[in-house]
Amino acid sequence: MSPSVPLQEMIRAIRSARTQCEERGVIQRECAAIRAQFRQADNGGRSHNLAKLLYVHMLGYPAHFGQMECVRMIASPRYSEKRVGYLGAMMLLDEKQDASLLITNSIKNDLSNSNQYIQSLALCTLACMGSAEMCRDLAPEIDRLLRASNSYIKKKAALCAVHIVRKVHDLGELFTKAARSLLTEKNHGVVHGAVVLITELCERNSETLERFRKTVPDLVQIMKGLVISGYSPDHDVAGISDPFLQVRILRLLRILGRNNEAASDAMNDLLAQVATNTDSTKTVGNAVLYETVLTVLDIKSESGLRVLAVNILGRFLLNNDRNIRYIAMTSLQKIVGTDHNAVQRHRGTIVDCLKDQDASVKRRALDLSLALVSASNIRSMMKELLSFLSSCPPELRSQTASGIFNAAERYAPSQRWHIDTILHVLTTAGGDVRDETVPNLIQLITNTSELHCYTVHKLYRALLSDISQQPLVQVACWCIGEYGDLLLRGECQETEPVQVTEDDVLDVLETVLQSHMSSPSTRGFALTATMKLSTRITENVDRIRSIVSIYGSCIDVELQQRAVEYNALFKKYDHMRAAVLERMPVIEKNSQGHINGETIKESQTVKVKPGEPQQPPNQVCDLLDLLGGSEQPLQPSPALGSTAPPMPVSTANTVGGDLLDLLGGLEPTPITPVATVTVYEKDGVTVTLSCEKQSDSGLTVTLTASNSTESDIRGFTLQAAVPKSVQLHMKAPSGDSLPARGAAKVTQMVVLNNPNKVNLKMRLRISYTSQGSAVQDTVQIDSFPGLGQ
Amino acid sequence: MFALVANQKVVRDWPCFGVVLGGSFLPRGGYTVLLFKMQFMLLFSRQGKLRLQKWYVPLSDKEKKKITRELVQTVLARKPKMCSFLEWRDLKIVYKRYASLYFCCAIEDQDNELITLEIIHRYVELLDKYFGSVCELDIIFNFEKAYFILDEFLLGGEAQETSKKNVLKAIEQADLLQEKSHSA
Repeated sequence: MSPSVPLQEMIRAIRSARTQCEERGVIQRECAAIRAQFRQADNGGRSHNLAKLLYVHMLGYPAHFGQMECVRMIASPRYSEKRVGYLGAMMLLDEKQDASLLITNSIKNDLSNSNQYIQSLALCTLACMGSAEMCRDLAPEIDRLLRASNSYIKKKAALCAVHIVRKVHDLGELFTKAARSLLTEKNHGVVHGAVVLITELCERNSETLERFRKTVPDLVQIMKGLVISGYSPDHDVAGISDPFLQVRILRLLRILGRNNEAASDAMNDLLAQVATNTDSTKTVGNAVLYETVLTVLDIKSESGLRVLAVNILGRFLLNNDRNIRYIAMTSLQKIVGTDHNAVQRHRGTIVDCLKDQDASVKRRALDLSLALVSASNIRSMMKELLSFLSSCPPELRSQTASGIFNAAERYAPSQRWHIDTILHVLTTAGGDVRDETVPNLIQLITNTSELHCYTVHKLYRALLSDISQQPLVQVACWCIGEYGDLLLRGECQETEPVQVTEDDVLDVLETVLQSHMSSPSTRGFALTATMKLSTRITENVDRIRSIVSIYGSCIDVELQQRAVEYNALFKKYDHMRAAVLERMPVIEKNSQGHINGETIKESQTVKVKPGEPQQPPNQVCDLLDLLGGSEQPLQPSPALGSTAPPMPVSTANTVGGDLLDLLGGLEPTPITPVATVTVYEKDGVTVTLSCEKQSDSGLTVTLTASNSTESDIRGFTLQAAVPKSVQLHMKAPSGDSLPARGAAKVTQMVVLNNPNKVNLKMRLRISYTSQGSAVQDTVQIDSFPGLGQ
Repeated sequence: MFALVANQKVVRDWPCFGVVLGGSFLPRGGYTVLLFKMQFMLLFSRQGKLRLQKWYVPLSDKEKKKITRELVQTVLARKPKMCSFLEWRDLKIVYKRYASLYFCCAIEDQDNELITLEIIHRYVELLDKYFGSVCELDIIFNFEKAYFILDEFLLGGEAQETSKKNVLKAIEQADLLQEKSHSA
C-alpha cells in the first residue's frame, strides 16, 4: 500500500524541529495549509489532509476545526475517504460534541452498504463513540445485522450491541433472541461476540439471566470442545485453543452459576477438567486458570473443587513471574474472609512476599498478612510485620502501623508484649502513626498498673537515645511525669535496673523542651511532666521552679499559659499542689466523635417541639441551676468529673481560676478537633459534614443540617449515593424538621465501608418542604475532611 | 476521578441506587454489576511521547490530556522488573514494554489482567506481521494504519476476532479496497 507521502513529509518535518518553538511553528504552518485545503472543493488529497490533522491532534494541538471535515468525509462515496473520516470521528468527536449527531445518518446508510468493509467502519465507530440517542436510533439496524449477514459482520454487530446495551440498558430486550441463536455458530469470532453480549445482557437484567441459565449445557459443550480438541492452528496460542474465548465463556459461566445450585452442578466437571488440564507454564495458560479459579470461587461449587482452586492460587504464589504472584494475592484477599483456613496454609509464602522488590506486590502481601493474623500466629506474624515496617516504602508505613496496632489490640498475648510492640512501632515509624495513638497508648499504660515501672524505664531509655519521633517522646514525657518516682527508685523486676538521678530525669525533659525537633504539643507534654515531678522528687524542686518560670515568657502562647498557671500553683496554691498533681486514675475509654454528636442530639431533642410544654427539669438540673447555670436543662456532660483525655485543653478562662479549670488545664493530650466542612448552603439551609475513620476501610460520616430562614422546614430528608464498590448504611436521622432561625439541627449518621479504597465521593439529595412548597436539590461531595484525600 | 468514570457510572450506577426508605438503600435488581471493560489503550515512548490513544469512554479533551499525562508519568516511574499491573484511581492498569514503546491498557475492576496482557501481546504480533518486524518509527509514520489494525482486532474495547490470520486477512482486503478507491 503506497504510503501517504504528504503525511510522512509533515511528520518528518515536525520530528526534525529542534525546539518546542520550532515545532509549534511547523505545526501552525501545516494547520493553516490544512484549513485552506478543507475550504477548497473536492480534491484527491482530502484523506491525506485529515490524516495530517489527526497526527497533529495526537501531539496535543487543537484540531476541532477538523470535525466538520470528518463529517463530510464520512459521507463521501470513496472508501479511502470514509476510512480516514471515521477514524477522525472516533478521535475528534465524542458524544458530548454536537457534531457527532450529524454522522448518525451516514452511519445508518453505511450499515446497509453492500460492501462489508464499509459496514465494518460504521459498526466500529458506533461501538466506540455512539451516544445514547444514536444507539436508540440504530439499534433495530444492529439487530437486523445480528440475524442476517455474514460472520464477519455478525461478530462486529454483536459487540456493537454490547455497547448499545451499556449505553441504554432497556434495549437489551431487543437483542436477547438473536444473541441466543448466535451461540450455535461455528465461527469463533461470532461465538465470542455472542458470549460477550449474553454476559452483558445477563448482568443488566435478572430475568434475562434466568432465561440464559438454560444455555449452560451448550456453553459447557463449547468449552469442552476447545479444551479437548486437537491443535487448531487458527486459534492456538502456546498450546491453548482460543484462550480469549475460553476466558469469556468461563466468565459467563460464573455469572450464570452464581447463587444457583443446578447451574453450578452442571459446570462442575468442566471446571475441574479445565483446572487440571490447562498448561500453566505460559502466561496464557495461567490466564485461563485464573479465570477458572475466579469462577469456582464465585459459584456454588463443591468443596473439592474449591480446594483445587485455592491450591492453584497457592501454586501461583510460588510462581517466578511477579505478575502471577500479584494476582494470586489479589484473589486470595477476596476469599480470606470465607475460606480463611485454606488461605492460612499459604501464610508462609505470603509473608515472604513482603520482602519482594515490587511495591504493588508488597502492598498486596501486607493486606493479606494483616487479614491472616490470628491469636495462634500473632507472635511470629508480628515479628515479620515489624521487620517489614522498618524497611517498607513510605507510602505503606501508616497502613502497616495501624494494621499492627489493630492486630496487637485484638490478639495481644500479654500486656507487656502489647506495650513492647507499640513502643517498637513508635521507635521505627513514629512519624506515620495516627493521632489517636498517643492517647490510646497512654490509656493502655495507665490500665496496666503492674507494668508502670517497666514501662517508664523502657521509655526513659528510648528517650535517651532518640527524641525525634514525636509520638514516642510525648508518651515518654507523660510517663516520666506520671511515674517518675518509680524511675528514680531504681529497682525494677522486669528489666535491668539502672541508676537514675533526679538531675538526669530533669535533664532529659529539659532537652526535649529546648530541642528544635520537638513540636509545640510535645513541649507541652514535657512542661507538664516537669511540673508533675515537683511532687514526686524531693531535692530539685527549685530547678523545676526555675524551668517553669522561664517558660512564663515563652513566645508560644500555649506553653506560656501553662507555665504561668504552674507558677501560680507554686506560689498562691502551693497547698493544693500535691492534690492537683497526684497520680491519675484509670482512664475510661471514650470515643471522641460521639461526644460531639451526642451533645448536639441532646440539645436538639428538647427544642424540636416548641409548642409542647417544657419538660420538668430533673433533680440534677436543679443542682446545676444552683451553680448559676442557664435556663437550658443541662445534660450532665460525660466529661465533667472524670479525667478522660478527650476533654479539650481549656484556654478560655482566667489563669489560676477555679479548680475545674486547673484540672482541665493539666490534661496534656492535644486533641485534633473533628473537622467539619459545609457541603451545601442554599436558601438558608446549611448541611455540614464531618467524618471519622473507624477502621482501615470503615468511615462514619455525620451530616448536620440547619435552617437559618424565618420559617420552619418540615419533611427534611437526606439521601446519599456512593460509588459502586463502597457500601453504605444510613442510620435513622435525628428528626425531620428544622425550626427557623437555626433553633435546632438535624443530624444523620452514615456508615461507609470502602474495602477497595476507591476515591470516595458521595452524592447527596436534599429534600424538604418550606412554606408549603417542596424543594429538592442535589450536591456532590468530592472530598472528605480529615481523610487526607 | 469522578469525571473519568462519571459518564460510565452516572449512566450505570446512580440509577441503580433506589430510594432511601427509612435510612436503608435498596439497589435495583438486588445484585452487584461486575465491571469488565477496557476503558482506554495508550501507546507511548520512553520519553513520554504519545504514539497512539484509543478511548472507549466519552471524555473531554482536557480530561484525556490530564489522564494521559498522569498515567504516563506513573508508568515511566516504574522500575524494569516490577509487576505489570498497578492500581490507579479506581482502574487497573496493565502495561508492557516492547522495545521502546509502552503499551498500556486501563481495565475495570473485575477484569482479568492476565488475558489483557495477552490482548496487548496479540496486538503487537499483528503489528509485527503487518509491518514486518515492527519498530516505533513504523507506528509513528503510519499511525493511521496502527489504528486500522487495532480497530480490526478490538471493537468497543472487546476482542472481536480471536484468529490472527483472519484479522490480517481483513486488513489486507480493506487496504486493497482503499487502493482501488484512491486510484479511481
